[in-house]
Amino acid sequence: MGRPNTLYDKIWDSHVVHQYEDGTCVLYIDQHLIHEITSPQAFEGLRMAGRKVRRAEATLAVADHDVPTTSGRSDDCDDPEARLQLQLIRQNTREFGVEYFGFEDVRQGIVHVVGPEQGLTQPGMTVVCGDSHTATHGAFGALAFGICTSEVEHVLATQTLLQRRSKNMRISVEGELPLGVTAKDLVLAVIGKVGTAGATGHVIEFAGSAFRGLSMEGRMTVSNMAIEAGARAGLFAPDEKTYAYLKGRPYAPPAAMWQKAVDHWESFRSDPDAVYESEVTLAAAAIEPMVTWGTSPEDVISVNAAVPDPDKVAVESKRNAMLQALAYMDLKPGQKVTDIKLDKVFIGSCTNSRIEDLREAARVVQGKKVASHISALVVPGSGLVKAQAEQEGIADILIQAGFEWREAGCSMCIGMNPDRLRPGERCASTSNRNFEGRQGPKGRTHLVSPAMAAAAAVAGHFVDIRTWA
Amino acid sequence: MEKFVQITGYAAPMPMNNINTDMITPKQVMKAVSRKGLSWGLFCEYRFDDQGNENPDFVLNKEPWRRASIVVALENWGCGSSREHAPWAMLDFGIRSVIAISFADIHYNNCFKNGILPVALKPDEVARVMKDAEAGKPVTVDLPSQTVRLEDGAAFPFHVDPFRKDCLLNGFDDIALTMLESDKIDAYESAYRKKVPWLFDRRPAGREPAPFR
Repeated sequence: MGRPNTLYDKIWDSHVVHQYEDGTCVLYIDQHLIHEITSPQAFEGLRMAGRKVRRAEATLAVADHDVPTTSGRSDDCDDPEARLQLQLIRQNTREFGVEYFGFEDVRQGIVHVVGPEQGLTQPGMTVVCGDSHTATHGAFGALAFGICTSEVEHVLATQTLLQRRSKNMRISVEGELPLGVTAKDLVLAVIGKVGTAGATGHVIEFAGSAFRGLSMEGRMTVSNMAIEAGARAGLFAPDEKTYAYLKGRPYAPPAAMWQKAVDHWESFRSDPDAVYESEVTLAAAAIEPMVTWGTSPEDVISVNAAVPDPDKVAVESKRNAMLQALAYMDLKPGQKVTDIKLDKVFIGSCTNSRIEDLREAARVVQGKKVASHISALVVPGSGLVKAQAEQEGIADILIQAGFEWREAGCSMCIGMNPDRLRPGERCASTSNRNFEGRQGPKGRTHLVSPAMAAAAAVAGHFVDIRTWA
Repeated sequence: MEKFVQITGYAAPMPMNNINTDMITPKQVMKAVSRKGLSWGLFCEYRFDDQGNENPDFVLNKEPWRRASIVVALENWGCGSSREHAPWAMLDFGIRSVIAISFADIHYNNCFKNGILPVALKPDEVARVMKDAEAGKPVTVDLPSQTVRLEDGAAFPFHVDPFRKDCLLNGFDDIALTMLESDKIDAYESAYRKKVPWLFDRRPAGREPAPFR
């Protein structure tokens, strides 16, 4: 019956409350996540209009962006502006009856780590948050995307959003990833191919055996960066791995409803002959460990490559952008990536701060020492990830190697808290954006996988993780 | 929301691709807890030096673009972070329209929520507008007729979704509009609750909240 549908179409269709004549839809939202930076003005708006929160249980609040990551922290932090935001999210959530994980709660952490960890993110759902990396939750076959503060207010007041349907794009990667090549390298390679605006107006579906072969953590890393290709969201079809990850989590369906839920989730698969407006294909075997050289995530090359030459670029606007990026990054065309010397290493962020990422970093640095000129930081994605890593002995390995071991938060991914680069410092980072000033004014960011970051911390410069002993 | 019908003003030329929202409003602007008074944050890392002095070379510090109500850029304006602080700061500075070859999705949408009209034109048309912008000539953006007009009479049509156009022309508040459909939301919700009961009345089922440290 009807035309064959994609996974995205199915989630969309099952959440349309009302459609206006021009195609704009009132879309029902299942899960709303909020944090301290993009919510104060939304609550202020509700208060000014005398509006209530329609379904408080469908929103979870957690502070992550401007929180300090040092031990003994509280809402009463040194930065007066951060202090105000931390106090406001606590007051606002109390006033409107929304659940909030504060510092005193071991479940506090980066909002996109906490949601899945608590079992809040499930297949076939709509998940939104005032943060572009909400795309992360697409790993579960949920339609998850970032919204602005006015829309945070809209969801709080109505449990819906005004949205227009996006186009479908399928990115297929077949084959097995070579040893040492991770989900992060895979998604960086995808962004390198698609470009930072290549998926604008689209929702991506990640298909093919290379994506299917990833763990849930790996899938979250990939979906997380769908936004860096310009996509509205990036989805994986739910499968047994998804269900196994969810089972037994605090907010997962209770045992009595589990089978009913799985049956429901199974319906969220693309039909075999579904049509995608856009298709991209890569071969897994050709993907190498990746490093960004510029100031956009699309500025990415293999660790064995050399910094590209603007003189070889024909399009003027692209050449100028490249010249500007190279000047900002203080790199020369032809310079080998493995010759780039670093000052800092950051392992964390909603892209790579889950237990698997920390295990990988620990495996690489076990019995080794961070180079003397490097300052290296590991920031677990949540209090629960931190506790697990401590229990598994991972924290000890990292600390003995010379890494600082911190409390959960966005930390040096965004530089809104005390963790940031100083002007001119160069960082190997497992985060998601290498924009100018992202990790601190005039700071220089190279995006890499956790294993590549860990190895770089020991060597003091980039190394090909495939040659690591 | 402030209505948008037609504006005529100076257009600040920013002939670059991928101007992201971290550039438009860097992280320090995100410490704000109000929507108003953010004009200081607009491109502040480019407009001001470390001491807070104006950088005379930056376009928004030059005449006549200190008074710009339009920005002209190339591809993928507003990519990156979803922060609405970007349109808030733009609006507070006086920017009511951005003309570019293409826009990033989230930011494009955020502009409409704040009475700012993003206009996508063809590359050669943007080049023409850019030329006038650089010459300090006024540019007109007219929403009812969906055209950008230059001083010499050149006119370029643009697309805008009818729903968004209507909201901008009337200054409608999205939430109030959606609340007109409350009956439909109620009906959807009660049917949906039967279909996916585990998504309602959610609490960590059968478990106490995690212990405090």
